[in-house]
Amino acid sequence: MNLKDKLATSFSVLENQIGGTDPVSNIRTNAIKQFETLGFPTKKLEAWKYTSLNSVLKPDYNVFAKKEKALEYKDVKQYFIHNIETYKIVFIDGVYSAQLSETSHEGLDVCLMSEALSKPKYKEVIETYFNKIAKEDDSLTSLNTAFTKEGAYIYIPKSKVVEKPVEIIHFATGVEDALLIQPRNLVVVEENAQVQIIERHQSLTAHPVLTNSVTEMFVAENAVLDYYKIQNDLQSASLIDNTYISQKRQSNASVHTFSFGGKLTRNNLNFFHKGEYIDSTMKGITILSDKQHVDHYTLVDHAEPNCESHQDYKSIFADKSVGVFNGKIYVNRIAQKTNAFQQNNNILLDDTATINTKPQLEIFADDVKCSHGCTIGQLDTEAMFYLKTRGIPEKEAKGLLTYAFANNVLESVRIPEVKTRINKLIAQKLGVDLGFNF
Amino acid sequence: MAYTEEELKKELETQEYAYGFYTDIEADTLPIGLNEDIVRAISKKKNEPEWMTEWRLEAFRAWEQMEEPDWANVHYEKPDFQSISYYSAPKKKPQYESLDEVDPELLDTFNKLGISIDEQKKLTGVAVDIVMDSVSVATTFKKTLAEKGIIFCSISEAIKEHSELVKKYLGTVVPQKDNFYAALNSAVFSDGSFCYIPKGVRCPMELSTYFRINQAGTGQFERTLVIADESSYVSYLEGCTAPMRDENQLHAAVVELIALDDAEIKYSTVQNWFPGGKDGKGGVFNFVTKRGLCEKNAKISWTQVETGSAVTWKYPSCILKGDNSIGEFYSIAVTNNYQQADTGTKMIHLGNNTRSTIISKGISAGKSQNSYRGLVQVGSRAANARNFSQCDSLLMGNNCGAHTFPYIEAKNKTAQIEHEATTSKIGEDQIFYCNQRGIDTEKAIALIVNGFSKEVLNKLPMEFAVEAQKLLEISLEGSVG
Repeated sequence: MNLKDKLATSFSVLENQIGGTDPVSNIRTNAIKQFETLGFPTKKLEAWKYTSLNSVLKPDYNVFAKKEKALEYKDVKQYFIHNIETYKIVFIDGVYSAQLSETSHEGLDVCLMSEALSKPKYKEVIETYFNKIAKEDDSLTSLNTAFTKEGAYIYIPKSKVVEKPVEIIHFATGVEDALLIQPRNLVVVEENAQVQIIERHQSLTAHPVLTNSVTEMFVAENAVLDYYKIQNDLQSASLIDNTYISQKRQSNASVHTFSFGGKLTRNNLNFFHKGEYIDSTMKGITILSDKQHVDHYTLVDHAEPNCESHQDYKSIFADKSVGVFNGKIYVNRIAQKTNAFQQNNNILLDDTATINTKPQLEIFADDVKCSHGCTIGQLDTEAMFYLKTRGIPEKEAKGLLTYAFANNVLESVRIPEVKTRINKLIAQKLGVDLGFNF
Repeated sequence: MAYTEEELKKELETQEYAYGFYTDIEADTLPIGLNEDIVRAISKKKNEPEWMTEWRLEAFRAWEQMEEPDWANVHYEKPDFQSISYYSAPKKKPQYESLDEVDPELLDTFNKLGISIDEQKKLTGVAVDIVMDSVSVATTFKKTLAEKGIIFCSISEAIKEHSELVKKYLGTVVPQKDNFYAALNSAVFSDGSFCYIPKGVRCPMELSTYFRINQAGTGQFERTLVIADESSYVSYLEGCTAPMRDENQLHAAVVELIALDDAEIKYSTVQNWFPGGKDGKGGVFNFVTKRGLCEKNAKISWTQVETGSAVTWKYPSCILKGDNSIGEFYSIAVTNNYQQADTGTKMIHLGNNTRSTIISKGISAGKSQNSYRGLVQVGSRAANARNFSQCDSLLMGNNCGAHTFPYIEAKNKTAQIEHEATTSKIGEDQIFYCNQRGIDTEKAIALIVNGFSKEVLNKLPMEFAVEAQKLLEISLEGSVG
C-alpha cells in the first residue's frame, strides 16, 4: 500500500477515534479531501522544482506510533538548552511526555494542542485562530491539518513578557521501524506581549522519520515573537516544516533557522502583514555535508504600507549536498514605503555540491526600497594564505573563515545560550575547534 | 512650467503610437490555418529543396504534439493558430539593383520611421537587408561584403545557394523541438536573414535588418542564422516597428548565433512593435527564441531595447560551451499602459573559465507588468565560471508591477556568481536636487531615466543608440526629454 492510500485509511481510523466531539472536524474533512486531490508535491510544481520527495516517501511509515518508549532526562539532556530555565513541551514519537515537559497555565498557556482542542475554555481561541493562515492549497499543510492531533499550544495574553524561553522538542526513539510525525502548533501572542521559542526535532536512532509540521503564529499589535529552529537531526530523519506567521501593526517577528542535519529538510516560511510598521526578520545558517538536502522557501507578503522585512541566509555546502533557496517578496500596490531586503550568500566547498537559488521579487507599488543580493563563491584564497602563514592549519583556517562568513546571522540571536549552542554546532559540523570559549 | 508627476503619468497613458500607419502594398497571402499542406505550400512557394521541406514537416509534427507554454508571468488570450495566415509576401517580387526601383510607398514607410535607406546607405555605411512582411525586398552593400567573402542574404536565398552551411548549422542551437514557438517557427518560417563571416574576417560594417509586420492578419515568422567562423567578428543589428492594428498579431521568431573558436558576435535589437492601445486593445505578441553558442574563446553579446509589443516572451541566451568563452546580456525593457514583458536571459556555463555578465533594466509605467526571468547555470565540470548579474527596476506610478525571477544553479565549487536586484522609483530628492539647479522636472526625469539606462544604451552601436533613445522617448513620452 503506498503512503497516500495508507494515509486515507489512517484518516478514517483517526476520525473514529476522536468521535463526534471534534471541534475542527469540518476543517479536517476538507483538508483530507484537498490532500487527496493534490497528492504529494512533485518536481513538476514550480515550488518543488529543485526538491524531490520520492526517496523520503519510500519507507513504510507508521502514521501513529503504536509502541512507546520512555526517555530519561539525563540521556537527552544534551538536546535541551539546559543551562537556562525554560518551559518545555516534549514529544516522544509524536506523543506528549509529561515527565520531560514543563508546561504552565500561570498567567499564560504553554500546553498542548490536544488539550486546546478538547477543553471548552480554549474553544474561542481555536475558533479564532486555528487553520486561519495555513495555506489551504498546499498539500502537505492540508495533510497535517487533516491529522491535527498533537503539538504545542502557546497563548501569551496581553502585555505579558514571558521571562523564560519555551522549548519545543520532538524526539523520535526509533521504536517504530519508520514513523511519520505530524505536529500541529499554534502560537498566539497578544498585544504588547513577548515570547521566545526554541524548536528542535531529534531522532535517537537511524530508523527513518518523516516530520510534517505546521505551525501557525499570530503576533498582535506591538508584540514580539522570537523563534529559533535548530535542525541538527540524524541522516535518517527528514523534516518538512510549514510555518505561517501573521503580524499586526508594529509587531516584530523573527525566525532564525539553523540547518546542519537531517537527510532532507524543507522550510516553508511565510509572513503575512496585517498592519503598518511591521518588522519581519528571517535569517538562517545552513551547513551541509554528505548527501544532505535543505530547501528554504520563504515568502513575505507585504500587504500594508511602511513595513520592513530583512532576510539573510548564509549557506555552506560540502560533499554531495544540495541547497535550495527560494525567497519571494511580494509587495502589494498599497504597500508604499516598504523596505524589503533579501540576502543569500552561498559557498560551495566541493564540485559535487549543488546550490539552486531563486531570489524572487514581485512588486506592485512604486515608492518602495526592495533589493536582493545573491552570491555563490568560495573561501577567499588570499585570506586562507594569510592564516596559513600565521601557522594556522588549513582545516582550522577553513573553519575560521566559514565561521566568519556565517557569523553576522548570529548577531541577531537574542538568547546568549542559543548563540553558544549554535557556535558549538558549527564547530562540530566543520570538525574544528575554533578556539572560542563556549 | 512645473511638471508634476501626476501630469506625467497622464501623458504617459495618453501617449499614442506614433508609428501607426499601414502601407498599402499588394500581398500574396496563403489561406489561413495550418496543416501539412500549408507547410508544403510555403516550402514550395520558396522553391526549397526537398530536405528543407522534410525539415519543416518534422518540426510541424513535433509542434502538433506540443502545448503552448503558460509558465511566463504574462496573461493574454491565446492566439488561435488556425486563424492565422502563415505566408504573406509582397506580390511584386523585385530584385532591385538600386533604390530607385523600390516601391516608393515602401520607401515612404521607411522615411516615416526616420530610417530612410538612402540616408542609411550614404551616411552610416550600414548594409540593410529589409524584410517587409517576410520576404527580402532589397539588399544593399552586398558587393562590399562579397569581396571579403561575407555572405549576408535572406535565409531562403541561403537555403538555395549555401545549402551546405544552412544544412550544417540550422537547428543546431535552437532545435526544431526546442519549444512550442520554436517548433512553429521551424515549420512555417517565411524568411529571415542569413549571415556567414569567414575565418579571420572582421566585418567592416554593422549588418542590419529592419523587420516590419505589415499585412493585416499575418503572423511573422522570421528565422535568423548568424555564423561567425574562427577568429571573425560581426556586429548585427535588428530593429522593428509595426503599424497600428487592432487584432493581435503574432510574431514568433527564432535567432541562432554560432560563434566558432575565437569569434565574436554582437547582436543588438531595438524592438518597437505596436504595444496595443492605451486601453490594452491590440498589439503584437512577441514570442521569440534567441540563442547563441560559443565555442572556445568566443564571445556573444546580446543587447536589446524592448519598448513595444503587447506581450513579450523573450530570453536571448548564451551557451558557453568552449573554454574561456564569454556571454553578455544588456537589456532595457520599457512597458507602458497594458503591456506585459517577461524577458531575461540564460547563461549556461559548460566550459572552463567562462564568464557572463547580465545587466537588465526594467522600466514600468501605466498598468504594465515587467518581469525579469533569468537563469545562470554552472555545470559541475565548468571550473572558474564567473557571473555577474544585475537587474534593476524602475516603477512609475502605482498600477504597474516589476518582478524578478532569477534562477541560479551552481554545481561547481570554483564558480563565482553574484546577483543583485533593486527596485525603486525616481526619488523626490533627486528631482528636487535637479529643480534646485534649474532643471525642470521633465528634464530631470529624462536625465534620471537616461542615467538608469545608460549602462545598456552605451553597449549599442552608435547609430542604434540614437534610435534607441528615440524609442525610449516615445514609450515614456513626457518623462524623457
